[in-house]
Amino acid sequence: MKAIVCVKQVPDTSGKVAVKPDGTLDRASMQAIINPDDLNAVEAALKLKDESGCQIIVVTMGPPPAMGMLQEVLAMGADQAVLVSGREFGGSDTYATSQILAAAIKKIGVDQDDVIFCGRQAIDGDTAQVGPQIGEKLGLPQVTYAADIHKDGDVITVKRMLEDGYMTIRVKPPCLLTCIKELNTPRFMSVRGIHRAVNSEITVFDYDTLKDDPLIEKTTIGLSGSPTNILTSFTPPQKGAGTMLEGDSQQTCDKLAGILADKHII
Amino acid sequence: MDFGLTKEQEMLKKLAAQFAEEVLEPVAAEVDETHTFNAENFKKMAELGFTGIGVPEEYGGSGGGMAEEIIVVSEFAKKCMASAATLSIHLIAPQTIMEFGTEEQKKKYVPRITSGGELGAFALTEPGAGSDAANVKTTAVYDEATDEYVLNGTKCFISGGSRAGVLVVFASTDPSKGVKGLTAFIIERGMKGFSHGKIENKMGLGGSETAELIFEDCRVPAANVLGKIGKGFNIAMHALDSARIGVGAQAIGLAQGAIDLSVKYMHERVQFGKPIAALQGLQWYVAEMATKTEAAIWLVYYAAYRKDHGLTYNKEAAMCKLNASENARFVTNLALQIHGGYGYMKDYPLERMYRDAKITEIYEGTSEVHKLVISRAVIGR
Repeated sequence: MKAIVCVKQVPDTSGKVAVKPDGTLDRASMQAIINPDDLNAVEAALKLKDESGCQIIVVTMGPPPAMGMLQEVLAMGADQAVLVSGREFGGSDTYATSQILAAAIKKIGVDQDDVIFCGRQAIDGDTAQVGPQIGEKLGLPQVTYAADIHKDGDVITVKRMLEDGYMTIRVKPPCLLTCIKELNTPRFMSVRGIHRAVNSEITVFDYDTLKDDPLIEKTTIGLSGSPTNILTSFTPPQKGAGTMLEGDSQQTCDKLAGILADKHII
Repeated sequence: MDFGLTKEQEMLKKLAAQFAEEVLEPVAAEVDETHTFNAENFKKMAELGFTGIGVPEEYGGSGGGMAEEIIVVSEFAKKCMASAATLSIHLIAPQTIMEFGTEEQKKKYVPRITSGGELGAFALTEPGAGSDAANVKTTAVYDEATDEYVLNGTKCFISGGSRAGVLVVFASTDPSKGVKGLTAFIIERGMKGFSHGKIENKMGLGGSETAELIFEDCRVPAANVLGKIGKGFNIAMHALDSARIGVGAQAIGLAQGAIDLSVKYMHERVQFGKPIAALQGLQWYVAEMATKTEAAIWLVYYAAYRKDHGLTYNKEAAMCKLNASENARFVTNLALQIHGGYGYMKDYPLERMYRDAKITEIYEGTSEVHKLVISRAVIGR
């Protein structure tokens, strides 16, 4: 049994979001972090490892600096790391990315009792599409928005968190789960883990490694294989600071009505 | 010449900063106010491997050396000085046992305080023996019949002494010989005749409990003698050299933390219609604080570098501690000034940092003792 975790290095959008004149994100000027939901996926896999002793392989697609992120996941307790990297993969949208990651996961090999974990969505694109697309392309059952995961024998019970409630689903591995922040609290790296991580070999899958997979075609990967075109991206205008009205309900309603009247809204 | 951190050190720094921000900072004011050691956070430090830095993995350690220690300690000190001090002082015990202990002692005691979650402590100071270690009054008398030493005496100002599982304690096996009669012992919590007295009510460093230790006919097996009989002073001085770099790390972290808070506050605080960051008087304060702190950082790193590379570091350890501790007082004073009235309030961390800074000029040797050490190294005796 093993757990495969997909992670993505993203610009930290909690601070100022920088946009280049051509409308694309200025990633170089922003700090690179591990996508937050992906850390929940890593923690879910680590919990499975704590319970079962399974191996954890972490996978990312990105330029070589993404190795630093993989080392951090190794330092948290993952056993192996795979960097999928190549010029041919550059510019991929969610469709092309899932083609490539699905091919990479096939290369790693999905056994009967394996579980693939992904974060729900990345904070740079917020699409929540790559995880589900990987599941489809691998022909695996998928359960998204996992807020609780419980494995009992060969059955995994997943509580999904939806906008208007919860849904509980039972699924058998091999399967793909996408994780949300409510699922767990990601653990820290450890001092010994860091030492092990920097001395670990990271496997690199380039275009040549994956090119024989039917999912990898010039028309299905990279910029040319991406059906999505980004016309522009921009930083939305900052909302002004809100005003908190104090007092009992009669007083606050009176104040609110006064403010709305002043603005000629009522 | 290379001033950069290795990839491993960068990751360690990131981990320590994250731990300090998420785990230590939220309780820093509380542990200071209540004067309590946070055992839960120390356990978390042990689980992540911080408490075993500088000790090989086969003894439950996490590897690394002085450079790794100062990286972690200074990151902790930015957010919670008491936690930084706890770790820094704790590490003296396992590292000293590793340096001077027998293989049996290392295997028996070191894993307990590296990965085992127990606190270590170092007990040299006595009411009448602070800077003057030759005046140690605690005695250790050998009992040939049982092959034990019988310890009697009182130690004071021992950081973590009331909580520690394993302690390195200094006692005189031959009071007629002064420092040459000092011997180091490994003491375990729970040994009959060993107890702690009052917990001191200190000006700062509230989250690090400082205790009086009492030895009343405490029988310690001869197998617990650390190093050789009569060589305790050498062991103490060796441990203190290293500990001084640790205090230097606490002081630079504290100063950096105070600068970070000041810069943030200067951007937020508006007076006369503009952020106070626009006031040249305060800009100059920050320039001075940052420059002196940068210099202090590199002297601490240099001392650590010398230790890790097997070079002499007695002088540099004293210099880095003297300089960094005086800088911590200088910086926290100006940082509090920048914060004005808010800095004086307990709702803000500056007054705590100001109080915490003072101890760095006192413990593990006062500034005056360090000037003695440095002048002897530079001028000669």
